[in-house]
Amino acid sequence: MSTLAERADARAPRRLAFRLSTMSDRAIAWLFITPSVLLLLAINIFPLLWTIQLSFTNYRANRPNAPLRYVGLDNYRDILSDPDVWHAMQATAHFVLWSIGLEMLIGFGLALLINRRFRAHSFWTTMILLPMMLSPAVVGNFWTFLLQPQIGLFNSVVAFFTGADPSSFQMIGDVALAPWAIVMVDVWMWTPYVMLICLAGLRSIPDYIYEAAEVDRASRWRQFWSITLPMVMPFLMLAILFRAIENFKMFDMVNLLTSGGPGSTTEVASITLKREAFEKWRTGYSSALAIILFVTVFGAANIYVRVLDRVKQR
Amino acid sequence: MIRMMHALGASAVAVASFLGAQAPAEAKQLTLCWAAWDPANALVELGKDFTTKTGIEMKYEFVPWTSYADRFLNELNSKGKLCDLIIGDSQWIGGAAENGHYVKLNDFFKKEGITMDDFMPATVVGYSEWPKNTPNYWALPAMGDAIGWTYRKDWFARPEIQADFKKKYNHDLAPPQTWDQLKEIAEFFQGREIDGKKVYGAYIYTERGSEGITMGVTNALYDWGFQYDNPNKPYEMEGFVNSPEAVKALEFYKSLYKCCTAPGMSNAYMSEGLDAFKSGQVAMQMNFFAFFPGLYKDPNVGGDKIGFFVNPKEKYHYTQLGGQGISVVSYSPNRDDALAYIKWFAQPDIQKKWWALGGYSCHKAVLNDPGFAKSAPFAADFLKSMDIVKDFWAEPAYAELLLDMQKRVHDYVVADKGTAKEALDLLVKDWQKVFKEEGKI
Repeated sequence: MSTLAERADARAPRRLAFRLSTMSDRAIAWLFITPSVLLLLAINIFPLLWTIQLSFTNYRANRPNAPLRYVGLDNYRDILSDPDVWHAMQATAHFVLWSIGLEMLIGFGLALLINRRFRAHSFWTTMILLPMMLSPAVVGNFWTFLLQPQIGLFNSVVAFFTGADPSSFQMIGDVALAPWAIVMVDVWMWTPYVMLICLAGLRSIPDYIYEAAEVDRASRWRQFWSITLPMVMPFLMLAILFRAIENFKMFDMVNLLTSGGPGSTTEVASITLKREAFEKWRTGYSSALAIILFVTVFGAANIYVRVLDRVKQR
Repeated sequence: MIRMMHALGASAVAVASFLGAQAPAEAKQLTLCWAAWDPANALVELGKDFTTKTGIEMKYEFVPWTSYADRFLNELNSKGKLCDLIIGDSQWIGGAAENGHYVKLNDFFKKEGITMDDFMPATVVGYSEWPKNTPNYWALPAMGDAIGWTYRKDWFARPEIQADFKKKYNHDLAPPQTWDQLKEIAEFFQGREIDGKKVYGAYIYTERGSEGITMGVTNALYDWGFQYDNPNKPYEMEGFVNSPEAVKALEFYKSLYKCCTAPGMSNAYMSEGLDAFKSGQVAMQMNFFAFFPGLYKDPNVGGDKIGFFVNPKEKYHYTQLGGQGISVVSYSPNRDDALAYIKWFAQPDIQKKWWALGGYSCHKAVLNDPGFAKSAPFAADFLKSMDIVKDFWAEPAYAELLLDMQKRVHDYVVADKGTAKEALDLLVKDWQKVFKEEGKI
């Protein structure tokens, strides 16, 4: 078994090889990972620590010369007692829960369909995948036109099936419908992604398990509940994790579609954060809000990963 | 060989001197930052004269209105060197002055003989002064603007429509003088079929993301008697921002939005208004005067088909100030050239050319010209409007104050959240919090 130094020695020029041969494996390992660690420290850890520090101050990035004052936990207290922040969290929860629920249902259903071989199978798979290949900004923009009550295709289609006047309802200007409009657009865009993950899960189930079930005269329904679903479950849970993290910080699509409106009906947490940080320039306050959001996502993701591990072990 | 060396040497000298001559010419360039809209094109045209006279090339950075404040306030706050000159919004002046983003122009004006007496007083206060009503100048009034209205003159003139209106309201159909008249006309046109097309009464601002709904609703608020604070005790807002008159005005704006706008106009600002009017969708449109030259030239709704009127009155008569001053950015490495541009731009002849090209000059040499009122179909209304302008807070914390108002007003008008009184009470609380943090109360 050759050491790292010996392997490096075989490939490197003589002078370098000499230097490396004098170093321990541990030192060489450090040598290789140091640039990555430094980069990580510079672009991830340092900003995080700086944000934590700023969250205890009254700092405003648009007034760098103003005296900096440490305000203790005031920013955190203000955020947690602010009804507008709680409203934003509710709007975020509504968006995340409904969009993920629907994406899982439809995505899994599509994966089951696509998993069967049929004519033009590849063509339809590509067509279904198209929405997730678009930029969220583009999607937000063109859906504003699709949902326009007078000229939008969406209202015309609904009117065609219901007989209602197309301009009698507005998806993004109505308090009751706007939260569903952003859920609908997200589901349209990201269901293919869930479908792909589920498809990978379905294709990983060995055929012999189904063959054994057939021998045991298990019905299709029984096969689904006892084989397909449990074996795809880790993949589904992974998809939920990815989508939940993404949707919790969703900004671009919602911002372009509704700007958080009408009023603040669809003002999700990331829009509140952006307004506080880069429009109101309350850097200290918004740092505290960012930390709260980070801890929420990080904590929830950690608990979720543990549950996922347990599901995998079963 | 020696001859060849000489020839090479001479060539090298020639190339070096050519490059040497090029270098300073390249350095003579100014970047002017503004919004991307019709007057910006006029400014590009006007700027050619500056380049011809000084040899300084002009480069422009124009950003759409919806991201204009975000983009350029970020640039100023990060002390960026992108803009040598900036035509910044009137409300930025407090923050830009106090945070050192703009060069103070008093000494320069004095040295160059530029006097603010040559400009319309409202524009000097609105675009140049900080603190307000003190002789501290941070910008040269560049683009006068205010909210005005356009209407479909051709529809108003149709005999069948005239007759129908008279039958219903017992008086002639004419451009409205008061808000009640405006609503009456808007209701009359709402849902009416004209030339086989369903049309709507009025277009008003409702945009949520930047400043739209605030720039719209203030036109009604001012006229009913809303005041930002107690004139005798600055920053005392209770009873002024949420006065019974202000509540009525806010209720009125909502009723106008509900009764008489086209479907889907829940998040609409300048460009949506232009689209609605140009497509023949609305009878009347609220928008800034800056767009009126372009609308007048429009082949479908311009010319004889379009008319203009001043913002209607109620108990008082005001309109929302728009427009901007031009400032020199203090982080610019080309300060002298930028000041030279200001000097050039302040000349009466250039200001006349500016108006002729489609920009709104604030210079008295242009506005007091006897022929000005008749120089364009909207010129007289522009003059009247500039006499009755009122602006939003221009405090350093203006962005916070604006976002608070956007939220509270949009919540009430578009999202049907609470009452007008509750919305304005919450606004007072928001603003008190901002001024408390600012140490002003």
